[in-house]
Amino acid sequence: MKRRLIALAAACAVEACTPAGNSTTGERGTVHKAEPMPARFAVGRTATPAEVAAWNIDVNAKGEGLPPGKGDATAGAAVYAAQCASCHGAKGEGMPPNPKLVGREPRDFSFATTTTAVKTVGNYWPYATTLYDYIRRAMPQLAPGTMTPDETYAVIAWILAENEVIPRDKVMDATSLPAVVMPARDRFVPDDRAGGKGFR
Amino acid sequence: MSRRALVGGAAAAAGSLLFATLPEGAAGQGASTSPPAQTPSDIPVDPTKVLGAPTSSTSGRSPFVVTGRTPTGAVSGSSLTPLHQFTGNITPTDLQFERHHAGVPTIDPVKYQLLVHGLVEREMVFTLDDLMSLPSVTRLHFLECSGNGRAGYKGIKPDLSPQNIDGLLCNAEWTGVSLSTILAEVGVRAGAEWALAEGGDAALLSRSVPVSKLRDDAMLVYAQNGEPLRPPAGYPVRLFLPGWEGNTNVKWLRRLEFNREPNMSKDETSKYTDPLPGNKARMFSFELDAKSTITYPTFPNRLVRQGWVQLSGLAWSGRGRITAVDVSTDGGTSWTEAQLQGTPGVKAAIRFTHMWKWDGAPATLMSRAVDETGYVQPTFAAFREGRGPGTDYHYNHIRAWKVAADGVVTYGGEA
Ligand code: HEC
Repeated sequence: MKRRLIALAAACAVEACTPAGNSTTGERGTVHKAEPMPARFAVGRTATPAEVAAWNIDVNAKGEGLPPGKGDATAGAAVYAAQCASCHGAKGEGMPPNPKLVGREPRDFSFATTTTAVKTVGNYWPYATTLYDYIRRAMPQLAPGTMTPDETYAVIAWILAENEVIPRDKVMDATSLPAVVMPARDRFVPDDRAGGKGFR
Repeated sequence: MSRRALVGGAAAAAGSLLFATLPEGAAGQGASTSPPAQTPSDIPVDPTKVLGAPTSSTSGRSPFVVTGRTPTGAVSGSSLTPLHQFTGNITPTDLQFERHHAGVPTIDPVKYQLLVHGLVEREMVFTLDDLMSLPSVTRLHFLECSGNGRAGYKGIKPDLSPQNIDGLLCNAEWTGVSLSTILAEVGVRAGAEWALAEGGDAALLSRSVPVSKLRDDAMLVYAQNGEPLRPPAGYPVRLFLPGWEGNTNVKWLRRLEFNREPNMSKDETSKYTDPLPGNKARMFSFELDAKSTITYPTFPNRLVRQGWVQLSGLAWSGRGRITAVDVSTDGGTSWTEAQLQGTPGVKAAIRFTHMWKWDGAPATLMSRAVDETGYVQPTFAAFREGRGPGTDYHYNHIRAWKVAADGVVTYGGEA
């Protein structure tokens, strides 16, 4: 062992172990360092605008991404009865495991202190735009992605009207939907946990 | 004394090798009881006197080992890891929990594409080949659904097993591309603070993730435990965010869109937010705080004689390494440091063990994890005080197991 160290030290003295170039010479012969990584590998290809448009279906809280179209609760009642009621119940009361969609109690958002409260669009959701984003991507569950914008706006108007968040005659479209202020809008706080001592 | 000697009653009769399996029809399992034992067809009297089976393409389990998840048949639902049957650090791939919102999609790897767009210099499409040609990283991490522990907090009953309570957990080796590599390929633009990750399942499940996490330690994973991801785990590619709640680790990933703000999708508002006392709810509560759970002895085990018993369990933290696990056999009055089986990894689960001499008196077993931030797993009482009885997600309080004088072990709830 000691001899080996001495041999290595000698080799280092002659050839410099810390490579001036890209290699080290010692007991393992000459060993090269890996080439430095490039800033990028230029793998993959440029996406076409059509590809982006086809998949870029999300709607954010400002309403960016909402398509043209419109609908109200009257039109929405028909859409709901035909496409949603079989799972979520005639009045949006839910049929486990299909969630309840309608209901304002508890109005004080006391979800942490009671064990019986059921979250709904009306009592828990902070943004109405989430309805468009979610229904467009995932509902009706057995045929996602099949609803027209008018049907989607209409069924959203029905859900919001049943929750007494908007009047029955209010038309939902790309302008009015992001303007809806949900009852639970100000109930959400950022995460203040950070590890360390103390429980939050 | 062997473990087997300690396991009694119906379970031993059922033929389980190492552990008591769930008794048939055990309440709390219902339709989700593990499948019944298959009787081995040819059990030689003396295996040294007959030739064994030939080589085969894949190995199955011994016919004496009865195991399984807890499928419910629902496409929007979960099945649970049989934690109480494992002894090591790694979760066998085919027994890892599932949680899907619209079933498991079948995705052709040749047609698979990942679209990366939004606030980037170059909007790009990556194939699976592209991703696999980039520098890969391999790391050991746990994965846990933030709903894990709900039954043990909101549905307390004696006949809950570790599978029922904490089965939305697995620990595995993950291989893929660092997200930071992808960020360099596309060139993230100033102002891009969030990325929307979207899955290619029938729920197009979407979550907003801070770009800081993507730069830090996020991965695009295509392999687990050395082989391509299994479909329920996200084949061919999933997002992997070490230490963060399972739902954000979007499976079957097909799109990453860089944005200024989070999208406020359904699964970051309606779900995966944590109600707090004061009529508020915490949102974007990504990290999983330190937690531990005893896996033996627990329900449905029964200790059949006094003497040495090995307590065994798992501990993990989404904030780094586990530094210690304490165990208590007197309901938290006194604590003893357990042994860790190996060097704890960053955001990885570690097995702990502790030899306990049972004197035949009733006892309450607990474990308490400590992580490198100095965080100590909270008691049930502290957790309920801080979060409220109706809170949701991130149930990381200390779990209790009650040993009765007859050796029967049951879940202790708020004990
Ligand atoms: C086949 C049954 C089924 C049908 C039909 C159906 N849904 Fe759903 N819906 C579900 C299930 C199951 C979920 C929960 C999905 C999950 O686990 O993520 C859900 C979730 C939702 C949610 C989110 C609820 C929450 O509080 O998080 C909304 C909103 C919704 N559905 C609206 C609709 C609308 C509108 C229609 C009709 C166009 C519809 N659904 C049709 C089964 C169904």
